[in-house]
Amino acid sequence: MTQKSAIEKIWESHRIAPLGESNDLLLIDRILLHERTGGVAMQSLEDSGRVIRHPSHVFVTMDHVVDTIPGRSDTTQMPTGKDFITVTRDTALRAGVTLFDLGDPRQGIGHVISPEMAIVLPGATLVCPDSHTCTQGAFGALAWGIGSSEGEHALATSTLRVQRPRIMRITIEGEPGVGVTAKDIALHIVSELSSAGAKGFAIEYAGPVIRAMSMESRMTLCNMATELSAFTAFIAPDETTFEFLKDRAYAPKGEEWVRAVNEWRKIKSDPEAIYDEDIVINATDIAPTISWGTSPQQSCPINKRIPLFNEVSHRDTQESYQRALTYMGLTPGGRLSGLRIDAAFIGSCTNSRLPDLRRAAAILKGRRVAKGVNAICVPGSSAVKAAAEAEGLDLIFKAAGFEWRESGCSMCFFAGGESFGPKQRVVSSTNRNFESRQGPQTRTHIASPETVAASAISGCITDPRRLGART
Amino acid sequence: MKPLRQITSIAIPLIRNNIDTDCIIPSREMKSVSKHGLSEGLFAGWRYTEIGGRTPQPDFVLNDPAFADAQILLAGENMGCGSSREHAAWALSEYGIRVVIAPSFNPIFRGNCVRNGILPIQLKPQPLAESTGPLTVDLEACCISNEAGETWTFTLDDEARTMLLEGLDPIDITLKMLEEIESFRTHDAESRPWIYLGKASLT
Ligand code: SF4
Repeated sequence: MTQKSAIEKIWESHRIAPLGESNDLLLIDRILLHERTGGVAMQSLEDSGRVIRHPSHVFVTMDHVVDTIPGRSDTTQMPTGKDFITVTRDTALRAGVTLFDLGDPRQGIGHVISPEMAIVLPGATLVCPDSHTCTQGAFGALAWGIGSSEGEHALATSTLRVQRPRIMRITIEGEPGVGVTAKDIALHIVSELSSAGAKGFAIEYAGPVIRAMSMESRMTLCNMATELSAFTAFIAPDETTFEFLKDRAYAPKGEEWVRAVNEWRKIKSDPEAIYDEDIVINATDIAPTISWGTSPQQSCPINKRIPLFNEVSHRDTQESYQRALTYMGLTPGGRLSGLRIDAAFIGSCTNSRLPDLRRAAAILKGRRVAKGVNAICVPGSSAVKAAAEAEGLDLIFKAAGFEWRESGCSMCFFAGGESFGPKQRVVSSTNRNFESRQGPQTRTHIASPETVAASAISGCITDPRRLGART
Repeated sequence: MKPLRQITSIAIPLIRNNIDTDCIIPSREMKSVSKHGLSEGLFAGWRYTEIGGRTPQPDFVLNDPAFADAQILLAGENMGCGSSREHAAWALSEYGIRVVIAPSFNPIFRGNCVRNGILPIQLKPQPLAESTGPLTVDLEACCISNEAGETWTFTLDDEARTMLLEGLDPIDITLKMLEEIESFRTHDAESRPWIYLGKASLT
C-alpha cells in the first residue's frame, strides 16, 4: 500500500470528484464567518438568489470590526463598522446559521472560539474567509483561509474547488530553552524559511516538541503558517487533542465520542510517507524572537543585533531591507533590546488564550508598566475573559497598569477606527508587523506575550528571561 | 464575469516584493459592506500624500498619466501576501486591471484574482517592464507579446484558464453536481455522524 501523509488521507476522504489535473471538489464540513467578510459573502449570496445549503454547519462571530472597550455596542470607532455588524447579524438570522453575537458569552475571535466549542474537529475540513484559519489545523483538521467568493461557494454548495497543495513536513526537535514559546519558534521558522517559504504547501508540524506542546501552543504555531504563505498547517491529533475537545459544546458525546476518538487515532501519517519538502528545525538553539522589520520574516533573536543586509540578502532585497528599517526608525546592526516603546499589546488569534494570559500575568504580577507606555490586554474570547477573571488574572493586569478589554481582534489590525498612532513603537503579541497594520505609520514588533509583558514593565524591548519568564 | 481572451495594454511597473493585500487596499479604505466602491482606495497608502487623503503622490506610478488606462500590472515576488481580503482583487478589477504578472503569488490572492476575472501570470516581470509600448496577453495561446515581436509564454491550470476564458461562475458549475455532492454526504454521515449537526443535539 502506498504510504500517505495524514493531510493526503483527510483530503482524499473529502474528495467528491477530481476536477482536472490538480484540482478536486472537496466536501467542506464547517464554515466559519466573521462580520468583516462574512456579511458581504452572505449578502452577495442572497443577492444572487442562492441559499446556504446546510446552515447547521455555518457559524458566525463578531470579532473584526466590533469595539473592545467595555460597554461596547453596535456603534464602532471604525467608521461604518455598524453596517458590517448589522448586515452580518441580519443576513445570519435570515439564513438560520449559528451566530455568536455581541453580548453572547460564546463570542470571540473565530480561531479562538471554534476550538473552544469543538466546532473544529480532527479529520474535518473547515474554511473561513480569514487567512489565519490555519490556526485550527492544530486539531488535526484541514482548515484553511479562503476569499469571500470562495466563501459564497462553500455556503451555496458545502464544497470547494481546490487545488491540491504540496506537502511539507517540519519536524521540530530538541528542547526549547527557558522563555522560548511556540511564538518564538514560529517567528524563528518564518525568519529561516522566509515569508514565501511554504508557498502553496500544506505544512505538517511533527516531532517531539510538538507532541509536548499544549493545544494552545500548537494553535500559536499553526497560526503563523500563513506568514510563510502556506496553504495551511496541520498537526496530527493525539491524546492532548482529545483531552482538549472532550465535553465541549459541539463535540460528539457518549458512545459517539468513543467512536469518533477511535477514528481520530487513525489520523496520522504513515511512517514512510513521502513529503514534497521535509525540514528539521532544532528548537534548542532558538532564543526569544522578535521582529525588527515590516514582515514577519524580518525577525531575529531578541538579544542579538538587527542583521546587516548581507546576513539577510538571501531573502530580502536591498530595497525592502532599507525600506523596513526606515519605516521602523532603526539602523543596520542596531540593538533591539533596550529600544524605548510607546505601547504594549497582548491579544489576537495568535496569543490571547488563557495560558498566554497566565504566562504574561506571571511576569506582570507585583510590577508596574513603565510610565508613558500604553498597555492593553484583549482576551481572545468572552470565555477566555471570564475564565481569566475567575482566577483573578484581570486584577493582575489592571494592577500592573494594563487596560483590560472585551474580546475581539481589536488593535491586531487597523480598520479605520482605533489605532496606536504614527511612529508609535508597539510590542505586540499579534502576527503581522506590516506597514500601518496597527495604525497609520505605527511601528510594530511582534513577539511572545511574555516579551510584551516584560517590555511593558521595562518601557523598552526586553528579553522576558530577565524578568523571570519560565516556560 | 467578463470573459478574458485577449488584452492589449501597457503595463504598470510596480515591481516590489511582498506587496501585501493591506498595501493593495488598506483596511481603512474598506468602508462598506460591498464589493464595489473600492478602486479609489487601491494602493491608497502609496497613491496619496496622506492617510485618508486624496491628493495624488506625484511620484507613484499609478499617478503617472502615461499609465492611466493600463489593464496590466507588473509586481514582485509573493504578490498579494497577507490578509485574505478579496477586496484586493475587487479593487484591482474595479480599477480596470485584468492581468497581474508576478514571479510568484500568494495562493489565496491568486484564487481571488481568478474568481474575479483577473488573470494571474507567474512570470518574471523585469523583461516585460523593459519592453516598450503595449503588451498583448493572449490567454487562449497562453502567450504575451510586444510590438517588437518578442514573446513570452506562461502556464495556467486548466480550471482557472477555463473560468477566465468563459467568464464562468464556479458556483453554477458546482451546483450542477449537487446530486453527487448530496449522495457523498449521505454516505459520509454514516461513517462520521458527529460532523452532521443537522437539527440535532447541542448539549
Ligand atoms: S486577531 Fe488579528 S490576525 Fe487574528 S483574525 Fe483577528 S485581525 Fe485577523
